[in-house]
Amino acid sequence: MNALIDILASAGLWAAVLRIATPLILGTLGALLSERAGVLNLGIEGIMTFGAMIGWVAVYNGADLWTGLLVAALGGAVFGALHAVLTVTLGLSQHVSGLGVTLFASSFAYYVFRLMVPVAGTPPTIEPFQPIAIPGLSDLPFFGPAFFTQTAPTYLAILLAVALAYLLSRTPLGLAVRMTGENPHAAEAQGINPMAVRYGAVIAGSALMGVGGAFLTLSAFNSFFPTMVQGRGWICIALVVFASWRPERALFGALLFAFFDAFQLRLQTVLSGVVPYQLFLMIPYILSIVALAVMARRARVPQALMQPYRRGER
Amino acid sequence: MRFERREHRSPALVIATPLIAIAAAMAIAGVLIALAGAPVFTAYGKILTSAFGSRLSATETLMRATPLILTGLAAAVAFRARLWNIGAEGQFYIGAIAVAAASAHLLSGLTPILQIPLLLAIGAVAGMVMLLLPLWLRLRFSVDEVVTTLLLNFVIILFVSMLIDGVLKDPTAFGWPQSEAVDKAARLPKLIDRSRLHIGLAIAVVVALVVHFVQTRTVFGVQSRAAGLNPAGAVFAGVPLGRTLVLVAMISGGLAGLAGAIEVLGVKGYVTTDLSPGYGYSGIVVAMLANLNPVGVVFAALFTAMMFVGADGMSRSMGIPTYIADVTVALSLLSMLVAVFFTQYRIRR
Repeated sequence: MNALIDILASAGLWAAVLRIATPLILGTLGALLSERAGVLNLGIEGIMTFGAMIGWVAVYNGADLWTGLLVAALGGAVFGALHAVLTVTLGLSQHVSGLGVTLFASSFAYYVFRLMVPVAGTPPTIEPFQPIAIPGLSDLPFFGPAFFTQTAPTYLAILLAVALAYLLSRTPLGLAVRMTGENPHAAEAQGINPMAVRYGAVIAGSALMGVGGAFLTLSAFNSFFPTMVQGRGWICIALVVFASWRPERALFGALLFAFFDAFQLRLQTVLSGVVPYQLFLMIPYILSIVALAVMARRARVPQALMQPYRRGER
Repeated sequence: MRFERREHRSPALVIATPLIAIAAAMAIAGVLIALAGAPVFTAYGKILTSAFGSRLSATETLMRATPLILTGLAAAVAFRARLWNIGAEGQFYIGAIAVAAASAHLLSGLTPILQIPLLLAIGAVAGMVMLLLPLWLRLRFSVDEVVTTLLLNFVIILFVSMLIDGVLKDPTAFGWPQSEAVDKAARLPKLIDRSRLHIGLAIAVVVALVVHFVQTRTVFGVQSRAAGLNPAGAVFAGVPLGRTLVLVAMISGGLAGLAGAIEVLGVKGYVTTDLSPGYGYSGIVVAMLANLNPVGVVFAALFTAMMFVGADGMSRSMGIPTYIADVTVALSLLSMLVAVFFTQYRIRR
C-alpha cells in the first residue's frame, strides 16, 4: 500500500502522465477533427509512424526541432490528402482506404528511414526538445516539477486542444465542420462546400497526427525505430469515441489514459517477478476496449460519419 | 467533373483490374527503387528470379503463400459481409499457441492421422473465440469492430509472449522465449522432398475452393453477401442479420486461427512472437487485391508472397531496403481500390 502511495505522490509520475499523454492528445484531436467532418481516418497509425520518421530525419539532417515538427505536419498532411482523395472525391470505403493508408505510410516510413540512415549497431540519435520550466509556476512545490517542466510540444498539445474546442463550438468554420459531419446536404444548402470542408478537416487532422508521431522521436525519445508507435494510433481512435467527439473531453481522456499507463509502468517495478510484465503492457489496449464499450452507447456519433457525399446523389 | 455509375461491367475489365492495379503499384515502387539509386528493371528481374528462379526459392515462395491464402480468405469472407475483422494477426497467434499447447500436453503421442486434424480444428476454434468479444460489442453496443479487433492483436501477442515466457516455455531453449515443440507426430508432411513446402498449401487451396462454393452455392453465402451490401434491406428480406454475422465471424476467425495452426505445424514446430511477419495484416491486402473473391485470393497470395521472398533476395544483392516489398504490397492495395472504383464508375464532365 505504501508503495502505491509513494508512486502517486511522486512528481515524476505526474510529469510522465503529461509526457505520455502528448502524442495521444495530438492524435486524438486529429482523428476527432476529421470525424467531426464525417471522415473516419484509420490511416492514423501509419501517419503517426511517418511523422515520427520524417520529423526525426529532418532534424538528423540539420533542421531545427520546430522545423522537424513542421515537416512531420506536412508529411501527415500529404497522407491525409491521399485519404481525402480516396474517401471524399471517390467516396471509397473509409475503413479500407484508412487501412491502406496505414499500411502504405508505415512501410514507406521504414523504407525511407533505411535509405536515409544505413544500418548501424546503435541507432543514431538527435538532441531532442528539452523541458522548459515555466517561470514562477515551476517553482511551486510538487506541481512545478510535475506539470510545469514539460517540453514545448506538450504545452502546444494542450493549447491545441483548447483551440480546437473553441474552433468547433464557437466559430463559423467550426459550425461548417460540424454541419458537414452531421448532414452534408443541409450544409450545402447553407452555402457550405462539404467536399472542401472534408478535405480541409482530413488534411489538418492528419497534420496533427504527424506531429503526434514526431513527438515520440523529437521529444520523448531521440531516435526512430520501426514499431515505435505501437498501436497509439488505434488507441487515439478509441479515445475519440471515449471523448464523445469533443476536444475538451479528448484532452481529459488522453490524460486519464496516460495516467493508467504511467502508473502501470511504475507498478511494474514494484511487482516485478510477481506478475508477468506482459500483463501490464496489455493494460492500455484493454482499457481502450473498455472505454469503447462504456462510452459507445452514450456518445453521439456524427450522423454522416463514414457516409460518402456525392452531389446530386442522395 | 463527376462520376457516373456504369451500367455494365465487362468480365474482361473485372479480370484486368487487379493486373492494372499491380502494374501501377510496381511503377510507383519502381520510382522508389530508382530513387535508391538502383537500376529498376534489373531490380524487378532480381525479384522474379529470387522468388521463382530455383527449386528452393519457388518452394519458399509457395510456403510463404500458404498462410497468406488463409489470412486472405479470413479477411475476404468477413469484408464481404462488411464485418471489418482486422484481427487476423492475433487470431493467427492464438491458433498457433493453442496448437502448440495441445500437441505438447493434450494429444502428445497420438497418431498423426488423428492428431493433425484435431490440432487444426483446435487452432481454428481458438481463432473463432477471439472474435466473440468484438462481435458482441458490435451487435450489443455498436462498437466499431475495426478498433476492437486491432487492439486485441496487441493483447493477444502479449498474451502469447507471456505464455512462451512462462507456463509454455521450452526449458531446453537456452532461455529463449519459445514454446515447447509440437509432438513429432503432429508435424505436417512435406509436399515436396528436400524443401520446406508442406501440405498446408494443399489444405489452403482446398479451403479456398470450399469457401468459393459456400459463397456462391449456399443460402448462407447469399445471406452474408446481402448483409454486407445492404443490412437494412437484408433484414427486410428476412436475412437473420445477427446470426449471419456470427457465422461469418466464426468462419473468418477460424480461417485465421487455422493459418496459425498450419504455420506452426508446417514450418517451425514451435511458437515465437515472430512466427508471423504480419500475415494477418498482409491478408487484408491479399483479400482486397482479389476483390474479395476466394479463388482470386490464391493468386493474390502468390503475388504477395513473391514480393516478400523476391524483395528479400533483391535486397541482399542490390542494397535496396527489403521494406520495398511492404511498400509495393500496400501500394497495390491502394491502386486496387482506385481501379475497382473505375470499373464501377466512369468520369463525366
